[in-house]
Amino acid sequence: MATVRIPPVLRASVGGEKELTADGSSVGEILRSLADDHPQTQSQLFAADGGLNRYVNVYLNDEDVRVLDGLDTSVGEADTLVILPAMAGGSR
Amino acid sequence: MSPSGAEVLREIKSRIDEVDPAVVHEQMTNGSVLVDVRETDEFAAGHIPGAKHVPRSMLESRIEGAVPDRSQHVVLYCASGNRSAWAARTLLDDLGYDSVESMTGGFTLWKDRGYEVEVPRTMSAEQRERYSRHLLLDEVGIEGQQKLLDAKVLLLGAGGLGSPAALYLAAAGVGTLGIVDNDTVDVSNLQRQVIHTTDRVGVLKVDSAEETIKALNPDVNVVKYPVRLDAENIMDILIGYDIVVDGLDNFPTRYLLNDASVRLRIPIVSAAILGFEGQLSVFKPYDGPCYRCLFPTPPPADMAPSCGANGVLGVLPGTMGLLQATEVIKLILDVGDPAIGRLLLYDALAARMTEVKIRRDPDCPICSRAPEDIRDDELGVFPDYEAFCAGAH
Repeated sequence: MATVRIPPVLRASVGGEKELTADGSSVGEILRSLADDHPQTQSQLFAADGGLNRYVNVYLNDEDVRVLDGLDTSVGEADTLVILPAMAGGSR
Repeated sequence: MSPSGAEVLREIKSRIDEVDPAVVHEQMTNGSVLVDVRETDEFAAGHIPGAKHVPRSMLESRIEGAVPDRSQHVVLYCASGNRSAWAARTLLDDLGYDSVESMTGGFTLWKDRGYEVEVPRTMSAEQRERYSRHLLLDEVGIEGQQKLLDAKVLLLGAGGLGSPAALYLAAAGVGTLGIVDNDTVDVSNLQRQVIHTTDRVGVLKVDSAEETIKALNPDVNVVKYPVRLDAENIMDILIGYDIVVDGLDNFPTRYLLNDASVRLRIPIVSAAILGFEGQLSVFKPYDGPCYRCLFPTPPPADMAPSCGANGVLGVLPGTMGLLQATEVIKLILDVGDPAIGRLLLYDALAARMTEVKIRRDPDCPICSRAPEDIRDDELGVFPDYEAFCAGAH
């Protein structure tokens, strides 16, 4: 199963985990399986039309899935998906 | 009786070719080599642009290094035209150069005619000592140190990221550090904002930072902006800076900064932190993606935790701020591979650094266009701006 890295802002939605494994052979299948297991992430990851929210970037290893095949990008067992929402944070 | 020096010089001048500064000035780009034969201190005080320096006392041993091809045309000059005449004779008679001229009146006449003069920058003895560990590096050296001293870097915030960045950039001799921050020092800042001190709680951060920087390195000129960056002031503040160090804590200003920097073609070294994790990238307009290529729209307020107060491990902004300072220095020196088109992700708890690629978006609303086409009223605007800000504040 592929590894999914969870960013700090989504960790509360997945029980505090930093990394999870999820079933699926494509980016879409894996993220939907993640959302099935952790329903709070559904609206954080997916827009109403079923596509990825534009403020969430997803990388297959180090490549943005949008320049690959998007949610249809195939994912191997040894691959890592990195979920990366926009982060603007210095510290005041 | 042997002839006097003056008689020998007259004899030499009668049989070598002399050339007027006006001719030299006209022919500067015709492929001949101009050689300054004066002593090192004279050369350092000012010389003709592009001239090679071979002191007459070193002529025989060093001229081949400066002019390896003996058939090349060489013009020599000194202060008044005498030492260059002696040197011309040496090159012609002893060293086998074919075509050598001596410039009449030397550098003095050249200057009197009002032709251009290059005065090399020199470092004081104190500076040579202060930056000696830089001068020993091939990648820095005197030339690189001069670039650092000439550089103008703007720090957005003298907070968690800006503090360590400012300290090390000041120590490195970055000549001008602008600091934008309208905040005052709070005791809760001191856990990570190491440029401030306990006895300066309540003082404006720009004043506190200036005091520390001046104590560390008097070479640094600190320009203070005790304001909040906004659409009204951003262009005025950014203009003239070479690089911006960004540690902004909110999305609206982050987009504003991006758009203004693309318009002004100023690279941004950006970092963000949250909890135990940090991100870093260099956004160099038109050489790589901009912030909008990476994140075209901000997340909703409930996924933008940086809008409120959050825990942060004090050393994390230190780590990320110093990575920013490192990228700034690489950009100034033009060495290495800056993190352009790459987002570095640092996980302090895992002690792991990973990176992902960032691509330029060919449809980017900002950087797919020419800078002059980006209008004032577009700066910092993004979809649902009003709704976002209403949720964030």
